[in-house]
Parts: sequence; C-alpha cells; structure tokens
Amino acid sequence: MRSGYGSLTRTRDPWLDRGRGCSNGYVNSERPEEAEEPEKPLGRDRGTPIGRRVLLGTLGLGALGVVAAPTLQRGMESFLAGAAEKDPTGLTGLLPNGGGFRYYSVTSSVPRKNAQNYQLKIDGLVDRPTTYTLADLRAMPQTRMVKDVQCVTGWRVPGTPFEGVRLSRLLDAAGVRSSAGAVRFTCFDGAYTESLTLDQARRADVLVALRMQDKNLSHSHGGPVRLYVAPMYFYKSAKWLSGITVTEDVQAGYWENRGYDIDAWVGRSNGRDDEPTS
Amino acid sequence: MSLRADAPAPSTSDVRRFGRSQKWVHRATAALMGACVVTAACLYIPQFAELVGRRELVVRVHEWAGLALPVPVLAGLASRALRADLGHLNRFGPHDGVWLRAALRRDKRRASRPAGKFNAGQKIYAAWIAGATLVMLGTGLLMWFTHLTPLMWRTSATFVHDWLALTIGIVLAGHIGMALGDPEARRGLRTGSVSKRWADREHPLWRP
Repeated sequence: MRSGYGSLTRTRDPWLDRGRGCSNGYVNSERPEEAEEPEKPLGRDRGTPIGRRVLLGTLGLGALGVVAAPTLQRGMESFLAGAAEKDPTGLTGLLPNGGGFRYYSVTSSVPRKNAQNYQLKIDGLVDRPTTYTLADLRAMPQTRMVKDVQCVTGWRVPGTPFEGVRLSRLLDAAGVRSSAGAVRFTCFDGAYTESLTLDQARRADVLVALRMQDKNLSHSHGGPVRLYVAPMYFYKSAKWLSGITVTEDVQAGYWENRGYDIDAWVGRSNGRDDEPTS
Repeated sequence: MSLRADAPAPSTSDVRRFGRSQKWVHRATAALMGACVVTAACLYIPQFAELVGRRELVVRVHEWAGLALPVPVLAGLASRALRADLGHLNRFGPHDGVWLRAALRRDKRRASRPAGKFNAGQKIYAAWIAGATLVMLGTGLLMWFTHLTPLMWRTSATFVHDWLALTIGIVLAGHIGMALGDPEARRGLRTGSVSKRWADREHPLWRP
C-alpha cells in the first residue's frame, strides 16, 4: 500500500486540488524513491493483464466445480439439512439443494377446487364410468406410503408420506375392458396431462393421493387430489387431478411431448442415475 | 453541465467517458442479464413460480436470454472504443494494487483509492462477471441439451449453475447498489459524459 501510494502521489499532484487524506508530506515521507516509476495507467499495453487472469480463473473454477460437484453436493446437502433444522426463517429452503418441494406449474393460473366443487371423472374403456367427489374418495380405504420424492430436475425430498386411494381400486371399481392398455390423466389446470400403461397404473405404489406429509393436499402441492406414482420421476405424479381415462395406448403427456421419457422410472430414465424411490 | 444526451459539444466542465458503442453494449447486456435474473427467479423461487406459472415459456425466455448474453460484447468488439475500454479493464497497474489494499482495509479516503478510467474494483468485477457468465452459459447448455451429454454432467452442471446463480445475484445487487449510490457514474453510462469534477475525484489518473 505504501509503495504504490508514494508512486502515485507524484503523478497525482497536479490533480489533487481537494481531498483531505492526500497530504503530500505524509505520502512522500513514506517511500519517496518509489515515485520514480511513472504512472501511466492509460498507456497502451501497460500493466499486468490481471483482468484476463481473473476471467480465466473464474472459468477454471467453474469447470472444477462441475468436476467436483458430486462430492461438493453431498457435503452441501448434509450441511444444509442440518442447518435447515435449526433455521426458523425457512430461508435455507431457498438455497440450492436446501430441501423441500418446488412449485412448478405449466399454466399461468390454476383454479382452486375444494370439497364442494372437486370432481374426479373416470371414463374411457370402462364398463361403469364414474364421477367421484372428494367425500367419496375420502370414504374409500386409504393407503399410506412413506418414500422419497425425486424430481427429474434434481431435487429430492426424503421420506415424504403420501396417503390416498390406490388407483387400481378405482380402476377395478370402474371395470376396465379387455381392449384397454393404458390410462390417461387430465388435470383441472387445463393443460397438464400424463399417462401410464395399465400394468404401471395397477401397481400397489400408485395412488390417487389426498394427503401429503400427513396434511390434506394444499393447492400449491396439487390439491385437493393429485396422482402419486411412487417409483417414477415426480412429473408423472400429476397435480390437480381431475380425469382418468382408460385408453388403448399410452399417449405422451405434457412434459413427455417436450422431451421427457414416458416410462419415467427413477434412476432408469431421462439419462439420470438417481437411487430408486420405490 | 449539460444533461442532454450526446450533446455534440459538451460544456467545458464535462468530459467524455463513453461513446455510443460502450453505452449500448452495457444497455443490451444489462437488459439480457435482467431477463435472465427475472426468469431465474420465476423458475426458482416458489412464491414467484406460483405467481407466474407458464413454466415452459419462462424456461424458453431464460434459455434464449442466456444464450444471447455474450452477444452484445462480442458485437461491440467491432468498436475501437470498446476494445480500448476492455484493454483498460484488463490491465492492472501499481495503483490498482493500492486501491485494492485500501478497499480491503475499508479505507475510503480519496487519496488511498487511485484509479484510472476504471478503478480496480470495477476491473475485478468486469473480469469476474464475464467469466461467471461464461460458466453459466456452459453449465446452462449442459442442462438444456440433456441428451447430448453423459448423465453425470447434468446433475453437476445444475449444481454449479444453481450456486453460481446465487453468487451472481448477490454480486449483481452490489453492482446495482453502487450505481444507485453514484448518480454521476450513472450519467456517464446514460449520456456518455461526466463532470470533470467527478472524474478528477473518482478517477484521478484518468486522462480522458
């Protein structure tokens, strides 16, 4: 600091018409010999190209970050999980991998439905098309499962309880015809669709979920009723479920038309190798 | 002190700081960066995501704004004035060391903060944000074209993209905060001219 200071003051002299900290006496007394070096900050190609080094260094760190990410991420996750427990503000939830769900909606706004106006319609290749109210669904036998939720974008929420009616029970009640091979789901957001093969839909770990984390499903989590496909990436678990149509063949859903895999097994699709959830 | 933009003959108390190319490169870059930040917030912060929805559209805007982010600077390379400024930003002299050490000591006296056209803090910021933008671009492309890269890379790229985004957000807030605190510096980028008094005070080693 001192050497540079001295060198600079010499050049700055004519410019220093004000400013209290710039007394020449103080400065020159420090290292007067340094003042010989002429300051020409604007001279062409003078000075050290530190800007370039900072830029390349940042690039290098970025590349290193990508290489070291798996290790860093594990450390960060365990640290943040610990911090989140003691965090009353909930701000840790906003940090990357800070835990918790993220809200994704494909439409600008989603109507709200409740026990009064919610309906779930089952139709298509069935003998008995049926429309259920929320009360109807609540009156049926409920199944509770506690498994991890894995999003295809990377976030994972461990040990999340879901509770609801097994989809297979609703399909059996409607009487699926022999020509059927798949099930298509529609949502009251007006845009989202999903589908499963009939075999997938009949798995015991596929629910029409009414509760999550031991609370009634809130609107932002897809309530009052959403699909829950435990073994697949979470985009299969359509929010705001309003229709179940039994069809012959699988039709690609909303995100699947945009490149995601239709058979979305966690750890075996979408080019990801996450640990299976179910 | 004329406040009119691009006054052909600035009053004697004004000095020319930026020409048209620098001003427009800064504006275009700021607009694209703004688009990236706003869309990122809508993708990432649950409350905003809930408010805005339309996830696919927001993703598209984010991707294209990010892709276009380096374009203004690259196009601006055609301008001699901009290349000269990049040279100023790149090169550090002894006075920049003085400035940085004073900044670390929180020494705010003018005399301990010598600066040419750009001070050392501005130089570091420019270099860092340029590098960080390229890292965001690279990791962003890995996340965008998922089927072109091996599995592992995408998760890793997402990790770097998320954390660097947070860092950039903080640094950018500092950049904007400092601009808000210095109207004359803002005038420099708006009109191209600054008062000589300001130039002498903030950039005493600068010879316009």
